[in-house]
Amino acid sequence: MRLELRGITKRFGDLVANDDISVTFEPGQIHALLGENGAGKSTLMNVLYGLLTPDAGEIYVDGEPVVFGDPAGAIEAGIGMVHQHFMLVPVFSVAENVELGAESVGAFGFLKAQSAADAVRRVSSEYGLEVDPNAIVEDLPVGIQQRVEIIKALTREAECLILDEPTAVLTPQETDELLTIIRGLRDAGKTIVMITHKLREVREAADVITVIRRGRVVAESVSPQTSQSQLAALMVGRDVSLVVDKPEAAVGDEVLSVSELSVYDVTGRALVDSVSFQVRAGEVLCIAGVQGNGQSELVEALVGLHERSSGAVSLGEVRIDGASTKRILDMGVGYVPEDREHDGLVGSFPLAHNMVLDSINEQPWSRFGLIDYAKINKHGADLIEQFDVRARSADVLAATLSGGNKQKVVLAREMSRSLRVLIASQPTRGLDVGSIEFVHRQIIEARQSGVAVIVVSTELDEVYALADRIAVMYAGTIAGIVDPGISRDDLGLLMAGAVAS
Amino acid sequence: MSVTTRPVPQVRIAPPSFKRPLIMTLASLVLGSIFVLLAPADQQTTFVFNLGDTLVALPDWVVSSRLAATGFALAALACSAIAWPINTRRGSLFFPAVGVGFFLVMSFLSWVGADEVLPVTGLLQGSLLLAVPLVFGAMAGVLSERAGVININIEGQLLVGAFLGAVVGSLLANAYLGLLAAPVAGALMGLLLAVFATRYFVDQVVVGVVLNVLAVGLTGFLYSRFLTEDADLWNNPEVLPTIAVPVLSEIPILGPILFDQNVIVYLMYVVVVAVQVALFKTRWGLRLRSVGEHPEAADSVGIRVNRTRFRAVVLAGAVAGLGGAFFTLGSVGAFGREMTAGNGFIALAAVIFGRWNPIGALAAALLFGFADNLQNVLSIIGSPIPSQFLLMLPYVVTILAVVGLVGKVRAPGADGIPFKKS
Amino acid sequence: MSDEFPPDPSTGLSGSKTTDTLHPPDELAGSLTEALRRRVLTMNLAVTLLAVVLALAIGAVLIAVSSPSVIEAAGYFFARPMDTFSAIWNSVASAYSALFQGALLDVDELREGNIADAFYPISETLTVSAPLILAGLAVAIPFRAGLFNIGAQGQMAFAAIGGGLVGFGLSLPAGLHLVASLLMAMIFGAFWAGIVGFLKAKTGAHEVITTIMLNYIALFFLGWVLNQDWFQREGRNDPISPILNETATFPLLFGGGLRIHLGILVALGAVIVVWWMLTKTITGFRIQTVGANSAAARTAGMNVGRVWIIAMLWAGAMAGLAVSMNVNGTDKVVTAGIVGNIGFDAITVALLGRGSPFGVLGAGLLIGGLRAGGLAMQASTGTPIDIVLVLQALIVLFIAAPALVRSVFRLRGKTAESLTIAKGWGS
Repeated sequence: MRLELRGITKRFGDLVANDDISVTFEPGQIHALLGENGAGKSTLMNVLYGLLTPDAGEIYVDGEPVVFGDPAGAIEAGIGMVHQHFMLVPVFSVAENVELGAESVGAFGFLKAQSAADAVRRVSSEYGLEVDPNAIVEDLPVGIQQRVEIIKALTREAECLILDEPTAVLTPQETDELLTIIRGLRDAGKTIVMITHKLREVREAADVITVIRRGRVVAESVSPQTSQSQLAALMVGRDVSLVVDKPEAAVGDEVLSVSELSVYDVTGRALVDSVSFQVRAGEVLCIAGVQGNGQSELVEALVGLHERSSGAVSLGEVRIDGASTKRILDMGVGYVPEDREHDGLVGSFPLAHNMVLDSINEQPWSRFGLIDYAKINKHGADLIEQFDVRARSADVLAATLSGGNKQKVVLAREMSRSLRVLIASQPTRGLDVGSIEFVHRQIIEARQSGVAVIVVSTELDEVYALADRIAVMYAGTIAGIVDPGISRDDLGLLMAGAVAS
Repeated sequence: MSVTTRPVPQVRIAPPSFKRPLIMTLASLVLGSIFVLLAPADQQTTFVFNLGDTLVALPDWVVSSRLAATGFALAALACSAIAWPINTRRGSLFFPAVGVGFFLVMSFLSWVGADEVLPVTGLLQGSLLLAVPLVFGAMAGVLSERAGVININIEGQLLVGAFLGAVVGSLLANAYLGLLAAPVAGALMGLLLAVFATRYFVDQVVVGVVLNVLAVGLTGFLYSRFLTEDADLWNNPEVLPTIAVPVLSEIPILGPILFDQNVIVYLMYVVVVAVQVALFKTRWGLRLRSVGEHPEAADSVGIRVNRTRFRAVVLAGAVAGLGGAFFTLGSVGAFGREMTAGNGFIALAAVIFGRWNPIGALAAALLFGFADNLQNVLSIIGSPIPSQFLLMLPYVVTILAVVGLVGKVRAPGADGIPFKKS
Repeated sequence: MSDEFPPDPSTGLSGSKTTDTLHPPDELAGSLTEALRRRVLTMNLAVTLLAVVLALAIGAVLIAVSSPSVIEAAGYFFARPMDTFSAIWNSVASAYSALFQGALLDVDELREGNIADAFYPISETLTVSAPLILAGLAVAIPFRAGLFNIGAQGQMAFAAIGGGLVGFGLSLPAGLHLVASLLMAMIFGAFWAGIVGFLKAKTGAHEVITTIMLNYIALFFLGWVLNQDWFQREGRNDPISPILNETATFPLLFGGGLRIHLGILVALGAVIVVWWMLTKTITGFRIQTVGANSAAARTAGMNVGRVWIIAMLWAGAMAGLAVSMNVNGTDKVVTAGIVGNIGFDAITVALLGRGSPFGVLGAGLLIGGLRAGGLAMQASTGTPIDIVLVLQALIVLFIAAPALVRSVFRLRGKTAESLTIAKGWGS
């Protein structure tokens, strides 16, 4: 299927998300749509999939103009989409998810018991996508859930498959498997569109690359042989140094010590299984690993946000396991949560209030239980200045900021307190390159001032840029604590469950 | 640096919690002992099973009060003992829990029935009748909440159903026509809920609460204006007649309870089965559940989320409205101000207690009906327990359920969350 | 998380991360620019006024079509159509004018110079409003913490037991006795509400469920207490308590047949205290943070469960004061019906007041006025007082859906946020 976009424009208020974008996807090709976060890739794909209506421009399928009012139209036309956040009903079985919206029914709308499962099996064997049609989706690993999404599209006879950031949640090995599957689909004549900001995968998998920046196509028909730094420059619009300036570490005493820490879920399953490590003043320990291997729970347990844990955590000489989050923060632990919108900020509060969220009970923000808003507002204004938050004033509501600026607010709040440990979870996820650089500089600055830093990241580039040591997590355990000199291949193997020796 | 592959580590599992079997055992021990000790050894309890004409007349069961209390308490204890090994294997504790509950109730009855006559079949028959509006209400709750719209409005839907059923039944002098009108009133109420929830995205709990006020106000207003002014014309419907199902109604115990009822009760059986089958076996049900669990996923495959929700809520209103007719056409005949008296909220409790499953909600509604009727029966034969405490029972049980003592309840994933497309 | 614009609806498999409540920002006065604040306020005020107008219009239709004289006139509509229209006008005008006079000022009595009688309506309005305002606060405070307290009814019923016991059971000097009785009611109310906060904090049990259930439990418990020797009035078989000692009752403000008592000033004081607590203290800051985004509050080290409990304790105390308006004010006795329907009306009051203390004050006066006026209307024109419930429900519905009001009146406006309190059963 030849899919053509001509002059697509989509605005959100004053924001032009897509500005006159034209691009053609050919059958039998893997076409990568490269752009950094916020460039407008997902908007474009949602337009293509009928989830958004464009303000201008047309879509052509095999030369015929089409208009999709909703996803049903796009599906009808043979377009399938694998969303970044899987569109699967967790409590349904694989078969139920696959048939949803395209059920085969008998009399009175009764579902035909086996037809969906058969369809799954048929597509599974045809394209080598193994999955049990009767398994419940929420019980499946992420990689398999993604397969279900692909099967879902294929059973609807999709000729064009759009994959939105398909590797974000996969191990390097799972990524390889996915790329093999995609190549198979391409060879079967499908049109494949891959949306990503990961340069390495683009070069590895794509047949042709289109680069998008700030809602515009800045380069088309780029060859995958183009060098990584050239692609980065196209994507960002200037030369990007992929490494952070990092002075030699001046490592001090051990500050945080974790010994045999385990974290359990409600059913008693160990999500973090007997993990031990130490962090010293003035070093950055990166916790690498694929999403969902216990990193989030580990960090939550460290700051007292997880109820079910066992083992010992010491800050200096003081045990802090079992202590309240308040006490841990007050002892000099800074925490930048993984999901900054959800956990880091109160969207309906002004920035100034957000800046004192975890120190409101301290002087000078309050005295005898009474709040001094004048001092808080002054403080907010100062931090906005200092951390280069792009906002009119400290009165602006946090919800109105962009992702990068939100993260700056969280960082400003945490780093304006006197810290001994800084724990930053996925600190640059979803940020544009400029903000990423800023955040990285701040983290290195904290390290230089003698703070013990823990950074959790799933991005290998970030891990290599920041780490003084790397702890790799796999299935709730630490597969190894290694030197940043380790090769990417070996790191990938560790992330997939190999052990360091 | 070299790395070697290793097998995937076994997931370590913490030992199972013994909270639930422990609670069951303690309940059996403590309550059982109380019943046994209080049951007089020198008095007899008479259980009567006969009611109406059945094929075989069952003899009354006359037994020493303490002996029976002891026997049933031991049976409860045995059930709680079975729970321990099942819990270790992480099996379902449903049947042991039902056993503990059943035998404790029997033990309790053996005590309170000392020197009295306990009409067992009558007790159960009355329970079913009290449960009828609860079951309809609970089905309405299941339908609406499975589609992702919280239904606090069941009470109001029952009330308008009761009202319009009575008025139409009275004006047209035909109870069956009233029965047709009741679901229309409920559906209109549901329509309001649906409009505000899926069109204006107003907080569903707020709309539900406010619509209940509206229902009370509207029915109360019209009641004062018309029904009390000329009750003969407006509020004097005939009561639906009892229809005994041939043969089935003559089965001992079950017959009089299940098959010697009016048409609303038979409709209830149909509705429960229909909801259960439609939700889990049909395309309609699959889609309805998908918009309640993960509306974005449903949207991405072309299902119209808000339209699906809208229809589910209107249908739910109709079901509740039909149940409301039971208050008027199915029992007393005339409509009375606020006559649903909180049944809608007990129905909501049944939805939650029944974990959003039609069959579970049915069981919960029957249980609540039983507690209610037990209180009625005991107040007649004279009870050592104040009636108010028995009346509290459904509410206490529901709190225990949501607190997690009876197991984890899990609502549909997107229940109560409006779906707005960007 | 992708950071593409527009913000993707968060659709992780975890399912239920929703954007958090945008509470009306007037409490954040210190930090919003004055102009923006004024615009938001006037916008809300306009919507509120229009909602009232719309509700009154629908109410008028209801009154007209159900009025016996209109129905009679409509019987010969084609013979004398004007009769129908004048009957419609008469029925609506007389009902509404009785309603307004019954709520504010009896104009006839004023003309005749009977000052006390002339002011009887406003005295009634204030008397009826006092418990509504306090119970409204009992719903509004938890709103701010993200909790939907449907349990003011039960909290009031339970509190009546405590307040009543002290009121008729003890003998203390005047004044002190009243304070003791009020305090006991507040403690009882806080205890009953605290259960809800505690269960939510410890087990995640949804407060909408627990409050509904506790309402019934409290009402049955009150029913039981009223049958006990230590609570039932001697020589009576019906559920009624002894009459409260004179020392434990609210003094009348003016006397002369006007029921208005000191309690209305207590209610006013409570509004100010709650406003001060919410806007000026750390407790208030925490309550609002938890209400706006409990996950962020937890991450910032706040003990979310404790904040819920504190909010519910405040709520229960307010519910206790609310029922004291009846126990120690108008009724001077505890009965099974002592709460009336105030606990449920409180929900309308809190929604109407958009959860802000002064909003609750205004809404309480409005609903109280409708109540007092409704009684007068029923007495003088025979229009059932239930119309007030209809008006009340319609007003809140329209306020909750500003988009609807705007479309009816063809108003332009930004897509305003609708009221959001509960977020599903999940915890």
